[in-house]
Amino acid sequence: MSIAWYLVVSAIVFSLGALGVITRRNPLVVLLCLELMLNGANLALIAFSRMWGNGDGQILAIVVMTVAACEVCIGLGMIVAIYRRRLPIDVDELRELQG
Amino acid sequence: MSAVLFFIAAIGVISGAVGVVVLRNPFYSVLALVAHLLSLAVLFLLLRAEFVAAVQVVVYAGAVMVLYVFVVAYVGGESDSLGERLRGAGQGPHGSTLRLGGAILVGALLVELLIALLGTGLEAIDGYGAGYAPGPQAYGTPAYIGKLLLTRFLLAFEVASFLLLIAAVGGVVLARRRGGLEDEDGREALTPLDLLRPRGTGTMAEGVGRRIQ
Repeated sequence: MSIAWYLVVSAIVFSLGALGVITRRNPLVVLLCLELMLNGANLALIAFSRMWGNGDGQILAIVVMTVAACEVCIGLGMIVAIYRRRLPIDVDELRELQG
Repeated sequence: MSAVLFFIAAIGVISGAVGVVVLRNPFYSVLALVAHLLSLAVLFLLLRAEFVAAVQVVVYAGAVMVLYVFVVAYVGGESDSLGERLRGAGQGPHGSTLRLGGAILVGALLVELLIALLGTGLEAIDGYGAGYAPGPQAYGTPAYIGKLLLTRFLLAFEVASFLLLIAAVGGVVLARRRGGLEDEDGREALTPLDLLRPRGTGTMAEGVGRRIQ
């Protein structure tokens, strides 16, 4: 398959992730949708890396995976802390910073 | 053959992504994401990124998803589905227009991305990628990636490892039980090891003489 097909799949996955981030209320699912967006970007990176026959894109994809793992660690820690304080687990209710 | 495999994997990737966004129960969303990641690893293999595909399956679909499953089991809770969300059932004053606006925004984003990716005018985008010669140090193998990581991208490698360390410490700090380092009940059970331990916990307040006990 030509590289363009992979890029189309990556764009669709990125958009689906963005839809989830915008519309879902559960922060756990919002984190999952952030993973979707990162995966769409990873697929584009690896497709472009294959296009040029150059390994830089794959290294960047691995770094993106590392950052995603850090984000999951902190995000899930925050969700557990929210749960311990008996606050609602809902991104619409947790709006204290919004003023 | 590779075209058939591509379409099977692409359908898996997209349906997994749809499942993550649409499914009501967060636990099923996590399982859909696992299916999505496994299909994505097949796409990586088709793009000759063997090492990244293996990392994807082992680290992402294995370790990170186990973390998600544990937190979903701990926190639990039902989540509303996308359909109700788009209809604005039981929502606040903003109602369904905001949700519809979100869907329209994402549709516009998809169109823009497709125009940007496919309308670039890059000629190689319609090709099948650069030449590939199989071998022990070929493109995408662990040897190739390891050599790049430890030579050209050593700084990125070290910064990423430091970031992981910070995230691990932050995760422990965020998720620990509040209210002191030691349990009041646990103080009763003395072991011989306690005689070797210094009194207190080594904080600055103790250093200036304000002991806790």
